Amino acid sequence: MRADAPSSPLVALDTLWFQVAGTLCNLQCTHCFISSSPTNHAFGMMSLDEVRRYLAEAEALGVKEYYFTGGEPFLNRDILEMIEAALALGPVSVLTNGVLIRPETARRLRELSDGSPYSLDLRISIDGADAPANDAIRGAGTFDRILAGIRGLAAVGLNPVVTVTEALEGAGTREGRARLLQFLREIGLAQPRLKVMPLLRLGAETKRTRAYQEWESLVGRTLTAEEAEALQCSSCRMATARGVYVCPILVDYPGARMGATLAETRRPFPLRFPACFTCHEQGLSCRT
Amino acid sequence: MTARTEEHGAFGRVGFLGGIYSNHLALAEALRICRARGADAVFALGDFGAFGPHPDRTVEILRDARVPAIQGNYEESLSSGADDCHCGYTDPRDNHFAQISYDYTRERTSAEHKAWMGTLPGHVRLTIGARRVLLCHGSPRKINEFLWHSMTPDPFIRKLLRDHDTDLVVCTHTGLHWSRLVEPGRGVVNAGALGRPANDGRTHVWLTLIEERGGEIAVEHVPVAYDHERLAREMREEGLPAEFVETVLTGYWTTCLEILPAKERSRGRH
Repeated sequence: MRADAPSSPLVALDTLWFQVAGTLCNLQCTHCFISSSPTNHAFGMMSLDEVRRYLAEAEALGVKEYYFTGGEPFLNRDILEMIEAALALGPVSVLTNGVLIRPETARRLRELSDGSPYSLDLRISIDGADAPANDAIRGAGTFDRILAGIRGLAAVGLNPVVTVTEALEGAGTREGRARLLQFLREIGLAQPRLKVMPLLRLGAETKRTRAYQEWESLVGRTLTAEEAEALQCSSCRMATARGVYVCPILVDYPGARMGATLAETRRPFPLRFPACFTCHEQGLSCRT
Repeated sequence: MTARTEEHGAFGRVGFLGGIYSNHLALAEALRICRARGADAVFALGDFGAFGPHPDRTVEILRDARVPAIQGNYEESLSSGADDCHCGYTDPRDNHFAQISYDYTRERTSAEHKAWMGTLPGHVRLTIGARRVLLCHGSPRKINEFLWHSMTPDPFIRKLLRDHDTDLVVCTHTGLHWSRLVEPGRGVVNAGALGRPANDGRTHVWLTLIEERGGEIAVEHVPVAYDHERLAREMREEGLPAEFVETVLTGYWTTCLEILPAKERSRGRH
């Protein structure tokens, strides 16, 4: 007999994610939990109209913030219009590898930021403070290209949040963070902002290290209301070209699709997926 | 846990004091300004302690002047014997300084004052002119939710007002003052902080006045200049971190930085 999973209520839809580039990415990182790559078409690009439709629904629901992710969001040719449309309604964060942010894109992003009362955050992933560490995960030559993207944003006065995963040994420790912050200062970020993310044993990461094991699960466990409400799925949903999913992590599971509209997803979500264990145990949030 | 709400009456002009953070010098000056400006009432929005010196001095001034107050996360933590301030920071360095601040304040706040903090409501409702006003520390839904200007969009404000059946929400917790009315007389007012300058390179701190003027609501953020060099001296004598003293003397934040959104962070030096 299969035990029940605890569930997480949707307390309020504060954070709406958009998988604007689907699973398409110009890089192919070995730890990618949704195996994004130049050839992964599992999820397609979202159109500007689709994004606008969800934004209209989100405005009526009082959504507090918007996140754009992929794949690589800057592969979507309408990304700047999407950012502009979202910034009219609330703060926006874009999760990117930074490689496609050329100087003219950076300048346009600065204009979009200046044109809104709300914050625009660019969040750039890098996997170490040197090329060997980073390139082993993100691909040969990517370290320099990512740095160029970071510096291009800094040059127009946009201060990116730099994301590092725990694939980098010790990234989450006090010393590890201090080293990374120092690295960011050295590459020209006067006010370094850093987010360290735990690894999710999904997608490509299952080949790099391992998959989740059977004990890594919330099935059969009881969560207090406070614990359930601490999970990001109590306040987020993820819009994709294939409908609305519970969160940005579980898009590879058909069972995590909750509906075609945001309204259809306003119900509790059963925490029966192994990644739910990571969110609970490590207090993971994909938010900045 | 649902916060207890206390109902107050109708007012014409009200002063609001955001986080005081033990800045008893600024508090005394703020109360003088509110009197001089003809405020009918003054409300304190919580976080009386933290950061500054001699926390009991602030509480004594508030209690002597019978300033009605709500709990901030500091009062909730101090009165319940919690081990930390529940400020809601996410960065280890921010939490490090928050803990120094909390431990100092907890040791130097009398048991009697802690018990008084436990009697304070979490929310207050009152009216200014025809408008219903809800006072809370962080947000109406959470004592330590940060409502920053650049992260609190109009559609979300409308939802808060709808969900909590009010015209105005008056809050603090971020340390930065701002206000946005989504329509006349309806919106969010963050009173900022009396305890610490607003990360803008100026040493004064802020209180907020809200009044009915010609049938509509007017919000005014009022700078409060005080003897910040004396506060810095007292902080040094108490052995508080040099980083805190620097903020008082320069007007720029040196801690609680990671929690700042992009726009707010870019205005500071660190």
